[in-house]
Amino acid sequence: KYIHIINKADMAASKGLKILVGCKRVIDYAVKVRVKPDRSGVVTEGVKHSMNPFDEIAVEEAVRMKEKKLAGEAVAISVGPPQSQETLRTALAMGIDRAIHVEIPLAQLEKLQPIHVSKLLAKVCESEKPDLVILGKQAIDDDCNQTGQMLAALLDWPQATFASKIEPSQDSKQLRVTREVDGGLETIDVSVPAVVTSDLRLNEPRYATLPNIMKAKKKPLAKMSPDQLGVDLQPRQEVISVEDPPVRKAGAKVESVEDLVGKLREKGLVK
Amino acid sequence: MLSSSRAALVAAAAKLPRLVTRYGYCTTAAGERQQQKPLSPKITTHPTRNDRAKDPRWKDIDMTRAADEADVVIVGGGPAGLSAACRLAQLNAEKGTEMRIVVLEKASSVGAHIMSGACLDPKGLVELFPDWQERGAPLHTPVTGDKFYMLTEKRAIPLPLLPGMPMHNHGNYIVRLGNVVAWLGEQAESLGVEVYPGVAAAEVLYTEDGSAVKGVATNDVGIAKDGSPKDSFERGMEFHCKQLIIAEGTHGHLAKHLINRYDLRAGREPQTYGIGFKELWELSEDRWRPGYVEHGVGWPLDSGTYGGYFIYHLNEGSPLAAVGFVVGLDYSNPYLSPFHEFQQFKHHPHVAAALTGGKRIGYGARALNEGGVQSLPKLTFPGGCLVGCTAGMINVPKVKGTHNAMKSGSLAAEAVHEAIGSGEIEPATYEEALRNSWVYKELHSVRNIRPSFHLLNGRLGMFGGMAYTGAVWYFTRGREPWTFSHGGTDHEKLLPAKDCKPKDYPKPDNVLSFDLLSSVALTSTNHDHDQPPHLTLYDDSVPGQVNLSVYDGPEQRFCPAGVYEYVELDDGSKRLQINAQNCIHCKTCDIKDPTQNINWVTPQGGEGPAYNGILIMTTELQKSPQVDMKGFLLRYETFKGRSGWKKRWAVLCDFCLYLYKEQTSKECFYALLLPNSRVTQSHDSSGQYRSSI
Repeated sequence: KYIHIINKADMAASKGLKILVGCKRVIDYAVKVRVKPDRSGVVTEGVKHSMNPFDEIAVEEAVRMKEKKLAGEAVAISVGPPQSQETLRTALAMGIDRAIHVEIPLAQLEKLQPIHVSKLLAKVCESEKPDLVILGKQAIDDDCNQTGQMLAALLDWPQATFASKIEPSQDSKQLRVTREVDGGLETIDVSVPAVVTSDLRLNEPRYATLPNIMKAKKKPLAKMSPDQLGVDLQPRQEVISVEDPPVRKAGAKVESVEDLVGKLREKGLVK
Repeated sequence: MLSSSRAALVAAAAKLPRLVTRYGYCTTAAGERQQQKPLSPKITTHPTRNDRAKDPRWKDIDMTRAADEADVVIVGGGPAGLSAACRLAQLNAEKGTEMRIVVLEKASSVGAHIMSGACLDPKGLVELFPDWQERGAPLHTPVTGDKFYMLTEKRAIPLPLLPGMPMHNHGNYIVRLGNVVAWLGEQAESLGVEVYPGVAAAEVLYTEDGSAVKGVATNDVGIAKDGSPKDSFERGMEFHCKQLIIAEGTHGHLAKHLINRYDLRAGREPQTYGIGFKELWELSEDRWRPGYVEHGVGWPLDSGTYGGYFIYHLNEGSPLAAVGFVVGLDYSNPYLSPFHEFQQFKHHPHVAAALTGGKRIGYGARALNEGGVQSLPKLTFPGGCLVGCTAGMINVPKVKGTHNAMKSGSLAAEAVHEAIGSGEIEPATYEEALRNSWVYKELHSVRNIRPSFHLLNGRLGMFGGMAYTGAVWYFTRGREPWTFSHGGTDHEKLLPAKDCKPKDYPKPDNVLSFDLLSSVALTSTNHDHDQPPHLTLYDDSVPGQVNLSVYDGPEQRFCPAGVYEYVELDDGSKRLQINAQNCIHCKTCDIKDPTQNINWVTPQGGEGPAYNGILIMTTELQKSPQVDMKGFLLRYETFKGRSGWKKRWAVLCDFCLYLYKEQTSKECFYALLLPNSRVTQSHDSSGQYRSSI
């Protein structure tokens, strides 16, 4: 097999990093989500889907790194149903070189968890050997915020999550990542290979325009199955029920401060 | 006087750092710009109204467009457009000609802008695809019962539905039209048509001498709300074609432009319209009657306002029903709000009986054409033609237009195919073919029903219309020698507010009736907030000067999505605010604006509502995997300590090499992603070539 070696001491001079970008097909953020009548989940059939917004940012970052010559090749990967191909086509239209689709049969799709996805990604990383994996920080359908971190642990790679800026470090041997944390911004240097997850302010993704969509049709899209990767998709969690949030009760308007105090007293909140 | 109030407006706007309304729409950019150009409150920043060649912010931007060639470009992926595409592909297969057919659809996926829930006459579909059932067209609910009611405030009076009456629905299907359109899109793709959803056709291109149409250009992306270029700016691309088919639906914006340019309405009446609302309800099981179709007229519309309702019970597994309401846009009272009439209608005891216990799961609205044959424009122009609702082929009393749209698409395809073959610029045979078809016969026979509503100056209103239908039309079936006129455009019929009584609508109860904003949320509509509003005004000062002062801002009431809002500023004056993000592409504002100052243009492709009822396009994906190559390969393997070359069955597919233990094995035991690997050749002593991967 052709073994890919990166000379860590000479990153800037080499032909650039190889980046693997994760994309997830989720219900479009503007869609009004509906709970299924049997409370087992939300309605997904016939509903508009699109690429997870944080993944769009990840794809954009990979393409920008290619344009800045920091990266040589960008590969997109999606774990999902047959329709995830459309998501990958969008990534290809944005500038990704090729795509990998790990197809999950519909029966197992609903029970797919970040632990499974990170194991699948880890297996692909073994053969693809990227220098950098960029994932969205979380998916807007489950809001788990786990896949990137789990992947780093499985691969035993350093991780830089909630990235708002990625650039080469001062000595060009590592990556300098600025992270958005509760207290503000934290800047760390990570050595490659590493896992980075994108946050909102990393960049503003470009539009996939028609000429690029047409070109993307010719780019390679490979298909794999979890069995081929040897990953067991046995669910670790069971969803008991999914419910609508409680209906917001109407508020009451008061005309003066005295009224407000009176109302608070009525409710026993103020003595 | 006016300039001093303008100055006050400007001063007030300059003081406001941020104006955020309950819609969350920011006018900061507008406020800041006031300081630079204090002479007019700038609402319209769209490039169609602001020449970028004169704008210093666009000085260094490269405005060249990539161009591509196609034989036929079809704008709009609805029933008419896709029928035209399929028919063209069929003709090519029959006659052995080759054509590149491109369909451009502004919705993010085919069918997403189609308001679902229709009663379809399968005539048009059967002619296009006689084997539609085998092909799996989603027509699952044949009509089993049919009723017509006249609603008074408390009662519902059933009226007889005799066979032959336009409202008689035997033989028709209740469908989710978005699903049917998505299926049509799949058929088109399988026939070799290129269908591009998420692409809006924004501009018509003309030949050098300007006489003929040579193609379309798609929309630019990446323009900021204030009209300046963003980093992500990219110019649209051009499609040059031999024939352009416009299938944009009722009151399409390119159609409007072409009709004006080629004066296609000369000698014909202007188009008249209605606004149609539709809600999808999940009924309680005991009230669900699959296959049942109900139409009606009356309360709460007053006798002077044309309109009616429908309720279609679907039969696709779950107890769904489509509840619809149409209000003719020739109403005269600017205080009328079609949306609120619809919400009030659901409280009628007869309707409430059906809906109680149910849950509303969808909402949408769209303008529909009501002009019939009187309002059909000339259908062809040099370089193309108009099909479907864009021209206006709805059979109004039947409330059906899809079958006509599909037929017109097929006829246009035949004319276009002929024109390309003979080198003619205008597909002139299309109009004659349509006149000789059942579409025209049908529209001609019902041409007097809608305008009969205006009999005796509209004093009899709905009663007049129904009396005419029952007494005259039922016997003459349109053979009467006279043709009623519609009496002018819809927007001219609006009276000044001072001559009309304000209407008091009841508050929504959130069980049967709902407020506007939660309804708009159900359409899942969305637009990139940072782009120029696509509801453009020819003159930014007109809303304040005319619409508000004379007509009390009727756009606040006829827009079914709450796009237009008159917000009060600090100094007490009112300013029009356009919440373009809410737009659901219904086109009512472009139709009913009394001053015709509003010009709807297309926003960026892929935006707008996302109506459910959309089948996931799976033909491309469910195709059996395309095997590129297969054969035997020798693989060097190590097993239990012993190494050697083993013959394995290899299959190359989708850039992946799959190895099987035997040719007959069902599962592969090894898969190799080829793009990741390199092939090196080695030459061994036996003279065989080997490759290492």
